[in-house]
Amino acid sequence: MSLDSKIPQGEMDKKWTDYKGHVKLVNPSNKRKLEVIVVGTGLAGASAAASLGEMGYNVKAFCFQDSPRRAHSIAAQGGINAAKNYQNDGDSVFRLFYDTVKGGDYRAREANVHRLAEVSNAIIDQCVAQGVPFAREYGGLLSNRSFGGTQVQRTFYAAGQTGQQLLLGAYSALERQVALGNVTMYNRHEMLDIVKIDGKARGIIARDLVSGNLERHFGHAVLLCTGGYGNVFYLSTNAMGSNVTAIWKAHKQGAFFGNPCFTQIHPTCIPVSGDYQSKLTLMSESLRNDGRIWVPAKKDENRKAIDIPEEERDYYLERRYPAFGNLVPRDVASRAAKERCDEGYGVGTTKLAVYLDFKDAIIRYGKIEASKSGNEQTNDQTIIKLGKAVIEEKYGNLFEMYEKITGENPYEMPMRIYPAVHYTMGGLWVDYELQTTIQGLYALGEANFSDHGANRLGASALMQGLADGYFVIPYTLGNYLADDISTKSIPTSHPAFEEAEKTVSERINKLMGIKGNQTVESFHKRLGKIMWDKCGMARNEKELQEAITEIQALKKEFWADVKIPGEINEMNPELDKAGRVADFIELGELMCIDALNRNESCGGHFREESQTEEGEAKRNDENYSYVSVWEFKQESNWQLNKEALTFDIVKPTQRSYK
Amino acid sequence: MEHYNMNLTLKVWKQKNSKLNGGFETYQVKDISSEMSFLEMFDVLNEQLITEGKDPIAFDHDCREGICGMCSMYIDGRAHGPWTKNTVCQLHMRAFKDGDTIVVEPWRAAAFPVLRDLVIDRSAFDRIMQAGGFISVNTGNAVDANTLPIDKKDADTSFDAASCIGCGACVAACKNSSAMLFVSAKVSQLALLPQGQPERESRVLNMVAQMDKEGFGNCTNTYACEAECPKGISVSNIARMNREYLKAGLTTEG
Repeated sequence: MSLDSKIPQGEMDKKWTDYKGHVKLVNPSNKRKLEVIVVGTGLAGASAAASLGEMGYNVKAFCFQDSPRRAHSIAAQGGINAAKNYQNDGDSVFRLFYDTVKGGDYRAREANVHRLAEVSNAIIDQCVAQGVPFAREYGGLLSNRSFGGTQVQRTFYAAGQTGQQLLLGAYSALERQVALGNVTMYNRHEMLDIVKIDGKARGIIARDLVSGNLERHFGHAVLLCTGGYGNVFYLSTNAMGSNVTAIWKAHKQGAFFGNPCFTQIHPTCIPVSGDYQSKLTLMSESLRNDGRIWVPAKKDENRKAIDIPEEERDYYLERRYPAFGNLVPRDVASRAAKERCDEGYGVGTTKLAVYLDFKDAIIRYGKIEASKSGNEQTNDQTIIKLGKAVIEEKYGNLFEMYEKITGENPYEMPMRIYPAVHYTMGGLWVDYELQTTIQGLYALGEANFSDHGANRLGASALMQGLADGYFVIPYTLGNYLADDISTKSIPTSHPAFEEAEKTVSERINKLMGIKGNQTVESFHKRLGKIMWDKCGMARNEKELQEAITEIQALKKEFWADVKIPGEINEMNPELDKAGRVADFIELGELMCIDALNRNESCGGHFREESQTEEGEAKRNDENYSYVSVWEFKQESNWQLNKEALTFDIVKPTQRSYK
Repeated sequence: MEHYNMNLTLKVWKQKNSKLNGGFETYQVKDISSEMSFLEMFDVLNEQLITEGKDPIAFDHDCREGICGMCSMYIDGRAHGPWTKNTVCQLHMRAFKDGDTIVVEPWRAAAFPVLRDLVIDRSAFDRIMQAGGFISVNTGNAVDANTLPIDKKDADTSFDAASCIGCGACVAACKNSSAMLFVSAKVSQLALLPQGQPERESRVLNMVAQMDKEGFGNCTNTYACEAECPKGISVSNIARMNREYLKAGLTTEG
């Protein structure tokens, strides 16, 4: 099958405008006859469902949580980028586009990224109009801050709860459409398969997680907005329920998977404390605006952080990358932390942590505050007190969260942090219209692969989720549905629905019938360990091959010996989890195959075989300037298709943040 | 911080579904680390129960970082447990000591029926939001964000109200099962902003009407809601909502 990315012709900065000017439209009376299924209600799903409802489509939206407001977008802390240039510091659509392509280490599709940068400003306007309370300056105008990989201040934020505020904005728009009867919401429902008729996506099979019953739902089109699959590593910053199941089912039905191995390891997370650990908690990248990262200059240091004098500290990011310092992109910061810890300079009981220190920022802000009140001669104690108040306003909720988890006060001693799995740049392959290789099936937000290349810049995930939902799909979906206006709703008694439900039901029966000895959780942990050790921050041929063999063996063992309590027709969280873990195991194998195929380093994908003399990621543009697009053939068998990447505007160079 | 291990007795509410009656079951857990979160302790217990061929405990949880609002249970009689301004998922076992007995049950309110064990149905909150918890602005209608300067003080107060996570602890803590803190937080957030003015009156009237319809009780003025709110939402929001409601009632026709 040949891949057509459907990138419009013409100049880069005209493509989206031209597309919108010529795209097919569906008139209002026909929209009322068309049904659209939206799976997932995070930023991408809620914004899409709300916008499509407003336009007049009949929308059915599904989430596995008890309310759409719980989707994991809610946990995003730091902010959302937009090219507003409110700070007059030289920002523009072009710069946001450029930074994103470069930050993604030249593995993203230029045209998609440009569109993302173009619509970024409208997102901020829309959110403010909805009542999203972004941070403001005393003059009443919006405030900005910096994030990694950029030299301008373009990030809008609401304390450390930006994702929460944006999601609640989209959620309120969604609930408004529910009240108006344009959207029907299905809470506590999980999609377990898509239904195809004549090659087109025409609905889903969903399970009611309270009763355990299977349901059939028809849609003229199906939108998957189900987020990322970082939980394949067991430990990640994702929510416990975040999973790959929806996009994996679609993949097995013919939707190709793009760049599955591209995983973002976030540099600033609270370190693991023990075997019982169920998830990892992020400390927002925004902290790197004010926190300085360091390790002791000598190995096996046993003194407390505050007892180590300035000259015996190694601010290794500032040392290695003077131009960007603590604000290098995430992949660079993560590897640098790993390098220091591997060399024996790590801190804390596990020695797998580095310090993130706010001492200097507290003093700097304290002095500014003192000077504002004309009290420059004040004592050190007052300055520290004033400075702490500023830090508290900026990051208070994060500091509180850190203290709850670790029992340590980060105002007094530096935070301990270590990299953790955070985001997956890979996802279902989509064309410019966000359509997958199955007609009528779309993927939005983190669930698709398209905008972040091999490394996502901070504050870009919220931007992409909302761009796809508010401003892209309302146009591109019409272009498809315009040809479908005469298709009547297909009754769910259609044999394709019957067949799909039967397949889902048989799989559930099979899982429940195993009655083995090992818990679902134990399999998930073992999978996570294989993935983290062999397909994590550094990867090599030998270990990836071992991982593939180990995962295949784990899969066999799972299907022979997993133990699931309870019944099918009742609320059964263990059964829900078992289905997800079974899919994660299959995905893990594909991720390793993809990582093995890509014998270059780029962004978050670091192949030990491909590095510069200084240990930086070394791309191989000659051989790997493509998207790896995997087609499912049969169990453990995929065919690689390639979408060649061309760079008309941003010419690939070795990324340098020095 | 000194870490330690502990053995605990747990009395946990078990209920198969919304139709059957429930009751307390007693469990023992051993060697629980003070560094674990409360839900990680539950994970350990559930693994133990599954291995023994027993029924694990169903409980709602998702983000495990105190922001999604999914986790919800009384621990020793308190919504979200013994720490203030905290969710269950952020409660850590250093709050307990070796030999403790801990009682865990689902939140009790007529508007929050139990679905299974500790899992409750909070869809009433969604329906209150549907009644008016929004600004009616379709996608694409917005003007440039900075054409509308907002007094920083109002913006900050609005943000404080908006930080509600919709968990329902306010209802669980109230002896009348009142949802006034939840509803007033949304009413306040939007009433404080210029964007919220056009629907200011209808919003408060409709949201309060839906709140009553769902079966939530009246405010007791005991401030238990504020005391147990994981995000520290202030009862001053309730006062604001009462003023808004009164004003809207006087000025709205019909």
